[in-house]
Amino acid sequence: MSESYITINDDECKGCRLCVDACPKKCIVIGSNINLIGYQYARFEQNGCNACGLCYYVCPEPGAVTVYKKDKKGSPQ
Amino acid sequence: MVKVKHAKPESFYKVYERKLTTKKVTHYCPGCGHGVAHKLIAEIIDELGIQDRVIFLSPVGCSVFAYYYFDVGNVQCSHGMAPAVGTGIARTLENSIVISYQGDGDLAGIGMSAIIHAANRGENMAVFFINNAIYGMTGGQMAPTTLLGQKTLTTPMGRSTNRDGNPIGMCELINSLTAPVFIERVSLANPARVIKARRAFKKALFNQVERKGFSFVEVLSPCPVNWKMSPLESRKWIINKLEPVFPVQNFRDIEEKPERYERVEMSDEELLNLFKIEKEMEIKPKTKKISDQHIKIAGFGGQGVMSAGVLLANCAIMEGLNSTWLPSYGPEMRGGTANASVIISENIIGSPVVDNPNVLIAMNAPSLDTFEDQVSPGGFIIVNSSLINRKVKREDVEVLYVPASEIAKDLGLITTANIVVLGVYMVKSRVLDTETLKQVIPISIKKKHLTEVNLKALQAGIDIFKEEAGAHI
Ligand SMILES: Cc1ncc(C[n+]2csc(CCOP(=O)(O)OP(=O)(O)O)c2C)c(N)n1
Ligand code: SF4
Repeated sequence: MSESYITINDDECKGCRLCVDACPKKCIVIGSNINLIGYQYARFEQNGCNACGLCYYVCPEPGAVTVYKKDKKGSPQ
Repeated sequence: MVKVKHAKPESFYKVYERKLTTKKVTHYCPGCGHGVAHKLIAEIIDELGIQDRVIFLSPVGCSVFAYYYFDVGNVQCSHGMAPAVGTGIARTLENSIVISYQGDGDLAGIGMSAIIHAANRGENMAVFFINNAIYGMTGGQMAPTTLLGQKTLTTPMGRSTNRDGNPIGMCELINSLTAPVFIERVSLANPARVIKARRAFKKALFNQVERKGFSFVEVLSPCPVNWKMSPLESRKWIINKLEPVFPVQNFRDIEEKPERYERVEMSDEELLNLFKIEKEMEIKPKTKKISDQHIKIAGFGGQGVMSAGVLLANCAIMEGLNSTWLPSYGPEMRGGTANASVIISENIIGSPVVDNPNVLIAMNAPSLDTFEDQVSPGGFIIVNSSLINRKVKREDVEVLYVPASEIAKDLGLITTANIVVLGVYMVKSRVLDTETLKQVIPISIKKKHLTEVNLKALQAGIDIFKEEAGAHI
């Protein structure tokens, strides 16, 4: 069964941790790898993401976070 | 099955031409509030379907480069002047949605008068005022919104009332004016506040769709770097320190569209009547195809380069073409250098500036020295050979040497040299009809007793062209 989730573009993250703090389900952590622009970037770890979008709204980068919501009806996308 | 719920808004460019490393990230510091505010605006632009109508005014400050990110109409304004620029745009482009995005140094410091008067006039624009209580870009100096006791580069002991005055509440100030329709202060301190801020952003923008009038959103926004805090600490500081001084609330939200802001458009006819101007000539319908003329007429003050430019522009307009005239001169009334830029086109003219003329009329030697190199290849230069001894060095342009000042002197009025060269230009370029100029001269000339000698000068220019053309081209 597919679940809601987010993707984070590694090279668009500046490691500010705002999403880590904002996620009510604690689905985001800061990894140890360093990206192209020199930051330790955030990683998504599935822990019951419900696509609330709070990480998206606190993230200052336009394209770093994309939120995918589980479609209840199960219609193909 | 999953579907995209939140993704990068369409109103952002896919790649940002400025940043070299990845072209994907903004230039803002980690955790800066500018990016969050940008994202809200872009998302709402998408939602309201107004991307092709938005004109976004970037300020001076950290957000100076907003035009690299927003895929909309963009203007970068000088420091604090966005509300004045926006006034002009909102009034002339009726369909535009003007967004003025400004920091606290920009809006409440250097630009205080511009914002207050735009608000007081109720201009149609949405203003997003990013209050981070500091000058970000220049490295953390005191802003008008800096808190009492707050240490900055220029208030190392903390801001004090006696020395620096109290922090200025812009919402409160603007709320003392009657014209604005929407005033709200929001905060970006946590997710719930960001979502609430989004509603205010949307209202301010929707007011522009409805052309309701001036809408102002003050955004309490973190500047972690200059506050010397982590992004998370900076959020707490907003809640604990900024919000008590700058209460987060709606100040005004007028539902009814105020009637008084509908501006009356006047037709050309009504304008003529208002100023009691009689039409002395009919504007002819445009008949011929022309190539754009970018003309520079240059000389010393008193040689009539300005009036030559005005005459040309008037002739173009009389022939149903578009034309602009842009004067440039020093402080002297006589003797300084002066030049006029004239553009003639069948199309709407975007800018009246002529950097690379395809026609140069040089009335004295310094003018030829200054502008010869700027003439575009294939263009032509008319040289007043009475006053310019040297030849044109360029080989990729056409040149006509006309002893305009001598011809004018022989006619009894040396200052008609400008009309002589106009005659030459008109016959040579075939863009404008010399008959039009013959009609325009008597109307335009202030000293009516000089009409005749000017018409003679024109005829002399028309006649000499044939000889000069034969001899020199
Ligand atoms: C006429 C002029 N004066 C001063 C400056 C220097 N200057 C650049 S940005 C800035 C302040 C910007 O602060 P703010 O508006 O708060 O924006 P922020 O950088 O914090 O986003 C100043 C004074 C300038 N560029 N032009
Ligand atoms: S200096 Fe402050 S306002 Fe400017 S980008 Fe950095 S955090 Fe943002």
